[in-house]
Amino acid sequence: MVRTFCILGLCTVLSITAFMVLGARGNWDFILVFRGTKLLALVIVATAIAVATILFQTLTSNRILTPSIMGFDALYVLFQTALIFTLGGFGFSSLAPELKFALELCLLSAASLMLFGSLIGQGMHDLFRMLLVGVVFGVLFQSLTVLLQRMIDPNEFSVLQGSLFASFNKVDTTLIALATPLVLACCALAWHKRNVWDVMALGREQAISLGLNYKRELLIGLALVTALIATSTALVGPVAFFGLLVSAISYEVTKTHHHGPIFLSSILISIIVLVGGQAIFERALGLGATLSIVVEFLGGLVFLFLILRRVRV
Amino acid sequence: MRPHPAPLHRTSALWPIVLSVLLTGLIVGSLVTGAANVSALDLFRRGESGDILLVSRLPRTLATILTGASLAVAGVIMQTLVRNRFVEPATTGTGQCASLGLLATLILVPGAPLLAKMAISSAAAFAGTAIFLVLVRRLPPTQPLLVPLTGIVYGGIVGSISIFIAYENDLLQNISVWMNGEFSGVLQGRYELLWASGAAALAAYFYADQFTVAGFGKDTAHGLGLSYRSVMIAGLGIVALITSFTILTVGMLPFVGLVVPNIISRFRGDNTKETLPLVAILGGILVLASDLIGRLIRYPYEIPAGTIFGVLGTVVFLWLLFARPTRRG
Repeated sequence: MVRTFCILGLCTVLSITAFMVLGARGNWDFILVFRGTKLLALVIVATAIAVATILFQTLTSNRILTPSIMGFDALYVLFQTALIFTLGGFGFSSLAPELKFALELCLLSAASLMLFGSLIGQGMHDLFRMLLVGVVFGVLFQSLTVLLQRMIDPNEFSVLQGSLFASFNKVDTTLIALATPLVLACCALAWHKRNVWDVMALGREQAISLGLNYKRELLIGLALVTALIATSTALVGPVAFFGLLVSAISYEVTKTHHHGPIFLSSILISIIVLVGGQAIFERALGLGATLSIVVEFLGGLVFLFLILRRVRV
Repeated sequence: MRPHPAPLHRTSALWPIVLSVLLTGLIVGSLVTGAANVSALDLFRRGESGDILLVSRLPRTLATILTGASLAVAGVIMQTLVRNRFVEPATTGTGQCASLGLLATLILVPGAPLLAKMAISSAAAFAGTAIFLVLVRRLPPTQPLLVPLTGIVYGGIVGSISIFIAYENDLLQNISVWMNGEFSGVLQGRYELLWASGAAALAAYFYADQFTVAGFGKDTAHGLGLSYRSVMIAGLGIVALITSFTILTVGMLPFVGLVVPNIISRFRGDNTKETLPLVAILGGILVLASDLIGRLIRYPYEIPAGTIFGVLGTVVFLWLLFARPTRRG
């Protein structure tokens, strides 16, 4: 275990150094600030996605589901579009970003608790139905988003485009000041409750008979997941299979189900994949925005592999 | 997939009549809707209005009906062959493979004639679907929902390969045109490939009984004296052709082949030969209705039929998932 973490830590340091140093020319005062902000954003996103995915998988007691596969971030994008649609482009841009974000967060929390709370309740028995329902919901949210975008005035659409088309290499850094403390607070709470999640992972009946207030913890967990996903989506947009890729690797390398080490390793792996991948793709290969496509490809393969393995067992 | 029993009350004549009336109404609606003021009767007069109808409105209407009908039939073929209610070109990677093939021709042989593009994209669709079906055969039959789930992810993987290649070659626009069905560009002389798609769907009608038998499995099919292999190849070939014709002319419309056959089978049972014409008509109705809604909802601007159907189709898909009891799948 200690060796695993040493290797992971070393790789993290290497990726961060590569990200900061590779291809850097000119004034270091500028580079430090410019790349440092971007690095901070990527680390925040990586952390948020890793913790949210691990937590969500515990709450739904399986290792295939992730919030993104269930359409969480598609729902967030839909809300953002709907806000512009109802408020108009001008109303939307005159809102303070903090207020906007808080509003979107509240809407998303309410909707996700309604939607996924009921799904988690009944879907326990039938994982594959729940997965398929989640995937189709994701497609529905995307279609609704496209429909709303088509209904919006072209002028107002440009406002939306500016706020939506964030990606790994075009991070929206205006929200960093808000996102950093939020993600840190969520992670601190998740870390503080790591033993609770260990008990939750035993299953509903076991957890209740061990004296856990199951419903309350489930709600807290879902709220944490929602906040983390909303933050990461606001910063870089939907990430599809990224969370799954991270959680699958970290369960594979740590070979434990204690949440302490799992949280740590998944955060490190997430940073390595995101920051290291970005360094390699953007700086070394000059391939622009294709990291997210490669993540999608690999994550899809991992997803199929996990499903087929589960069927075998 | 257990067949639904045919309803006891025989109302065989009612469905075709109701659907035909609906379709006729929509056709008239589609002919008179648009920026220029034209009445349906102008079709029989000479002059500018008649030209608008002949060159633009009529081809567009026919294109939507042909697309809807043939995609719905493609869905029935796949569902019968695989014996799973949730397979169709968008949940088996067929569409994504066809567009990957098309992308390959664009990059490797840029000046290829239309027919060559067609052939390569159909071959890619065929091969991709065949690979998926071999993969899926290893899944347990007790988990029917696993097949579309695997298929959607499989399609996503193939799609991400296409997007990667397209991104590096500045062809992203093409991919988005192929994957989003839209009829606003349809004019006389630019949609005629869809008639071939309709012909392929018609051919399926004559194979219908053989598809049903092949769906029982290799051994049963052989026992009944049917060459399983050739029926499978014929069925998949028809599906691949319909998919690539559609992608090349108007773009993919996901879930048409899933939603329409399921609605029909809910109310009319599973006798493929009897229900296939109904499926084709309903497919035409739904796609034409989506196109018409897209033209009216933000008049005089247009919203692609694929976007409207994306919402309608997924809602019906979810309804099917929730409404159908688990054991039936």
